[in-house]
Amino acid sequence: MKNTDNVIEIKNLWVGYDHEMVLQDINLSVKPTDFIGLIGPNGGGKTTLLKTILGLIQPKRGSIRIMGKPLKESRCQMGYVPQIVSMDRLFPIRVWEVVQMGMLGCRKPLRRISNAEKEVVWETLKRVDLSGKEYKAIGDLSVGQRQRVYIARALATNPEILLLDEPTANIDPQVAANIYQMLEEINHTISIIMVSHDMNAVSTYVKSIGCLNRKFYYHGTKEITHEMTQAMYNCPVDLIAHGIPHRVLAKHNNKGAGHD
Amino acid sequence: MIEIFQYGFMRNAIAAGILVSIACGIIGTYVVTNRIVFISGGIAHAAYGGIGLGYFLGINPVFGAIAFSLLSALGMGFVHRRTKERSDTIIGIMWAIGMALGIIFVDLSPGYKADLMSYLFGSILAVPSIDLIIMVFLDLIIISIVAAYYRELQAISFDETFAFVVNVPVDTLYLVLISLVALTVVMTMRVVGLIMVIALLTIPPAIAGMYARDMKTMMIISTILSVIFSVTGLLLSYFLNLTSGATIILVSGTAYFISALLRKFNFLSNLKNASS
Repeated sequence: MKNTDNVIEIKNLWVGYDHEMVLQDINLSVKPTDFIGLIGPNGGGKTTLLKTILGLIQPKRGSIRIMGKPLKESRCQMGYVPQIVSMDRLFPIRVWEVVQMGMLGCRKPLRRISNAEKEVVWETLKRVDLSGKEYKAIGDLSVGQRQRVYIARALATNPEILLLDEPTANIDPQVAANIYQMLEEINHTISIIMVSHDMNAVSTYVKSIGCLNRKFYYHGTKEITHEMTQAMYNCPVDLIAHGIPHRVLAKHNNKGAGHD
Repeated sequence: MIEIFQYGFMRNAIAAGILVSIACGIIGTYVVTNRIVFISGGIAHAAYGGIGLGYFLGINPVFGAIAFSLLSALGMGFVHRRTKERSDTIIGIMWAIGMALGIIFVDLSPGYKADLMSYLFGSILAVPSIDLIIMVFLDLIIISIVAAYYRELQAISFDETFAFVVNVPVDTLYLVLISLVALTVVMTMRVVGLIMVIALLTIPPAIAGMYARDMKTMMIISTILSVIFSVTGLLLSYFLNLTSGATIILVSGTAYFISALLRKFNFLSNLKNASS
């Protein structure tokens, strides 16, 4: 397979601090219109991996290529939706201003926002079903609406890849389902990598699951293998409780199955 | 009442109040939204080192203050960005060292330091015309930089991580912003004194922030409030024969508590919701 066919190509990636490697020998190829759910225990390196792909963290070893190009040249091809931490609700900014922020680095500086760019912002907001809220202050929106604003901000540059960190943390299930359906829609044209704790969502909406606990367990399928469950020991995966609509656990017909 | 405007010093004072309010309204908005009030206080006090140096070298203390505040601003900004832990301790230390240097320099300078107190407590009534020209110049610098980089500064204030991801030069812009804070601090010092600088830098934006829905509006409201507070404080100080810096701050502080109370009882936000 040619490397250039992959939107993201990660090879032998090591990330960490002096004595502790948070990510060990990660290899990952993301193909067009993949929808990968990243699961794994806290501290397993999920957010670290996203941040390394975005260039926020420098790797110790290994390489990451986006659309066949190094990171610095490909930022405009990635959309990033950060984890919602307690945002300053008082921050004076309007919805459309947040969305245009996504286009900042991919345009010439020192110029007023053009009508064409405003058009893109309005179109993107329409895409996430927030038409009519353009001039609202961000603090006046609900949590779910705010999350959709951040998704719109990530989509504003028309990226090839969308990276989301816990997009539905602190959002009630009804609203979360809406967001996932929207992501499914977006996924028709854009590859998505999504970090999540929400196993239910991961198993329903994603196309493949990867488990990250320092090392990366990924087979490009939706099955959670025996190997993964062992890696995720202590991982808050409540497979049974949520009632998965279809089988995600692989049948244990491998040689090691005798252990459990 | 009208006759007081016939005095040249009064006209200068009002002009200074307006010019300083423009800088305070714009830069104060960034200080409040970026939560760098403490650094701003540190810059203001460290600037005293420059004032002392000015006396010592026999040059205009304002130039010493500009140099010191810029240096301390860049130092504090760098520490704030680079050290993950306890940057407030280091900023506090720089704050105190700046002040101490100023005191030593003044001790070592011969002669009578007539207007030393004016830097500590402000002297809007004694602003010479040359300082007004410096203020116009500094205002122009602030307005042009903020106008040129409005969207980038908005991005780093709102979500620094995201700004970095979309290739905004976050570190450079942050240091530019902190330098603008330094210039604003030096201007404001003339009006309310370095001890009360943070009040004029933060109270008008704090009130404006209760009602504004974007940064531009917040800057405009802050500037208008700042003009109202400084002129009102100035008139009070004239008629009651009190220190102008203190009356300006007390007027601002009173206004802040009134608007905080109104907000608590939801008076104005109901009004806002009804209108939007």
